[in-house]
Amino acid sequence: MHSDIDLQLRRILTDVLGLKPGQAETFDAETGLFGHLPELDSMAVAGLLTEMEDRLDILIEDDEIDGELLETYGSLLAFAEAKRAEA
Amino acid sequence: MTPQTWPCPLPGGETAQEYALAFDKERTGRLLIVPALFDEANRMRRLTVETMRRLDAAGIDSMLPDLPGTNESLQPLLGQTIDGWKTAVRSAVSHFGATHVLGVRGGCLLVPDMLPGWLYAPVRGANILRQMMRARILVSREIGREESRSELVSLAETGGITLAGYDLGADLFAGLNALEPTASSDLTAIEQETVGGSGLWMRAEPSESANQADALAATIAIGIRQ
Repeated sequence: MHSDIDLQLRRILTDVLGLKPGQAETFDAETGLFGHLPELDSMAVAGLLTEMEDRLDILIEDDEIDGELLETYGSLLAFAEAKRAEA
Repeated sequence: MTPQTWPCPLPGGETAQEYALAFDKERTGRLLIVPALFDEANRMRRLTVETMRRLDAAGIDSMLPDLPGTNESLQPLLGQTIDGWKTAVRSAVSHFGATHVLGVRGGCLLVPDMLPGWLYAPVRGANILRQMMRARILVSREIGREESRSELVSLAETGGITLAGYDLGADLFAGLNALEPTASSDLTAIEQETVGGSGLWMRAEPSESANQADALAATIAIGIRQ
């Protein structure tokens, strides 16, 4: 069972990356994001983070964004869940 | 569909011939579309033009003008202002004899309030800039330079700034930062839920959707025929 944030994050990645329905379902904690998906350039990352802010109702500081955050699906989800817990 | 030019007033008082894509058969329903801005203009172009094709099939004329400094325009983006763009849009409305207007994303900031029409997925100017500043901060960080948003804002407000490849003058930055989508009882917002699927402006790679173009065109065609 995925948590609500997990489901929403998969939906956001589907929308931003234009994934086929169900494709994000196959993501696990180890699935590589930044550096593995060529379409995820800096403009796309900026769009992804803005979309996460809007839909998860969180605020992401620019200095919180680093390579590790976007390295895997697991790290991005952990970040989103920690941010939600703060909100 | 034909490319046309239209006389566009510039901030300095001169006039430039700007390009517009038009389905113009001198029909009674005539929609002027104010395109999305900056990077989103590229990502929304295909959907916008596909919507125009469907409106044409439904018996409605539509025009998609370039604002000075955008798309095919020969004018530099640097030096354009919000007031200048609003004047350009009003001038296009009158040149093409539009009966209705449609703003797409950032274009909703520039739609005039003098005609009935629609705001598709309107966005605040500050949100457009926030995302562009974030992209710049990320790129700078990759090359080992730390920039903060407050530094970028003060840089932009004093001498202008280049964000995601776009040269924004201090006036355009400040104007955009304060701008909200046009409010008028004659303008109806079209939210993404109405169109279905996910908004194409957020796609990392430009994409298209026949279903979304169908839904957008249907909403507009029904409104114009009423």
